[in-house]
Amino acid sequence: MGTNIANSQLRVLGATERIDRWWLGPMLVLLGLSGFSVYATWAAFQGEHYFHESYLSPFYSPLLYIDTAAAGSAPIEHAWIGAWPEWWPSFLPNSPAFLILMFPGAFRFTCYYYRKAYYRAFVASPPACAVGGIRQGKYRGETFLLLFQNLHRYALYFALGFVVILYYDAFASFFRDGQFGVGVGSIVLLINATLLAGYTTGCHSFRHLIGGGLDCFSCNTVCDVRHKGWSLASILNRKHMLFAWLSLFWVGFSDVYVRLVSMGIITDYNTW
Amino acid sequence: MPERKFRVWRGDDNGGDYESYDVEVEQGMVVLDAVHLIQSRQANDLAVRWNCKAGKCGSCSVEINGKPKLACMTRLNDYAPDETISVQPLKAFPVIKDLVCDVSWNYEQNKRIPPLKPKPRDKDGQFRMMQRDVDRVQEFRKCIECFLCQDVCHVVRDHDAKDKFVGPRFMVRLASLEMHPLDEEDRIPKIKEEFGSGMCNITRCCTEVCPEHINITDNGIIPLKERVVDRYYDPIARLLRKIRG
Ligand code: SF4
Ligand code: SF4
Ligand code: FES
Ligand code: FES
Repeated sequence: MGTNIANSQLRVLGATERIDRWWLGPMLVLLGLSGFSVYATWAAFQGEHYFHESYLSPFYSPLLYIDTAAAGSAPIEHAWIGAWPEWWPSFLPNSPAFLILMFPGAFRFTCYYYRKAYYRAFVASPPACAVGGIRQGKYRGETFLLLFQNLHRYALYFALGFVVILYYDAFASFFRDGQFGVGVGSIVLLINATLLAGYTTGCHSFRHLIGGGLDCFSCNTVCDVRHKGWSLASILNRKHMLFAWLSLFWVGFSDVYVRLVSMGIITDYNTW
Repeated sequence: MPERKFRVWRGDDNGGDYESYDVEVEQGMVVLDAVHLIQSRQANDLAVRWNCKAGKCGSCSVEINGKPKLACMTRLNDYAPDETISVQPLKAFPVIKDLVCDVSWNYEQNKRIPPLKPKPRDKDGQFRMMQRDVDRVQEFRKCIECFLCQDVCHVVRDHDAKDKFVGPRFMVRLASLEMHPLDEEDRIPKIKEEFGSGMCNITRCCTEVCPEHINITDNGIIPLKERVVDRYYDPIARLLRKIRG
């Protein structure tokens, strides 16, 4: 067979004939995801100021254990299990976030959209279309070290639980001492749960499990219902990238908001 | 009439390079028009493959300023007036001459795919399917086999993994058969082992270049990957299958 130009025009990192700003997209993703990861890690290490009146930061929900001695922590009745455990290693702060953040973390890490985003931006495989990627010696795709990506649906099952919990938190945030009211914080938390629900139900695995795996949508009533579910999930799936970023930004913003209110740096406008 | 600068890759399987041409262009022209002008006035031996000039035959696939595109659907006014337009053959396939390359590898892949195996007919001798069962598949049938997606796919283009992955165009064909309501063939083992669904890392370049706007990754490849997960990687699904027998 003849020459293939890809061989003659060296396939080194960044090699391309493109003259547009192909590097801009991956660079923004790199900054966005790194920025979020740094903030989320910092926020998880704080272990305090995650709670104020009826507001609970989504980084800390659900609260399995609570160290009530921490500033801005939740009262003990909010704990699913109880008081902060003795066995907790002393080199780590007593932060409830550590116990739960791996679930949303795993969900986003194995998400088909984020995979695209970080394969491009973080490992240049490829950095952009028709641009030379990192020479990986033997490229194996998702067949070898990345086989675990195939378990994304298990992360989804947890994520669906988190949607329910965060909606519960959001609704609970409208009540203080049994009295209904509205605060900026409760709206922030409600938007957070909604964006997260949009992201989760637009998930490719969700779309497959709810109906996409069928070949015949009209064969019986169950298939019919699943077809409806698939159609709705497909609408959200088309906007999956948008929801991925909006929900990521908003969950971080919700933590910032609750934190600043809890620290007394900003005032929460509300009707109570 | 305004002049525009073009660079066209000239050469064959022994190598080659860009040559520059100035072309008098008119409003509404596409890149293929300019290439034809060069061919008729300045380089009679310039090889270019084309047929319909309507974006429907898939013959005129080239790379324009580094991006895989149909030459007949790429308008000159998509580029700034002083921008030089570079045209070169698809990088992922061997060059025959100038802008023409040998895409026969793709046809070889097509032959490997088990064709539709229809279910038995209904009692009245008819095949029946509902519109909503085939809506999904109809998207895939828009494919014009331009192979732009095959060209841009880094598995094929950069990693020389042509023996391990059939490429996005054929994942689309596989999806259209696997999701077909009348089909009885089971291609999932082959999709995983021979056609290489795991080689795709869903970075979506195929979808970005498809001139028919087929949502190759989201509607074709990812659903196939999920079906492979059902069969091979999901322990609960496997257990349920065992219990149901
Ligand atoms: S999404 Fe997969 S098939 Fe499409 S270009 Fe990327 S690696 Fe290739
Ligand atoms: S899927 Fe799209 S890009 Fe690929 S061959 Fe078909 S029409 Fe061309
Ligand atoms: S594909 Fe993005 S969350 Fe599942
Ligand atoms: S000439 Fe037919 S698609 Fe361009």
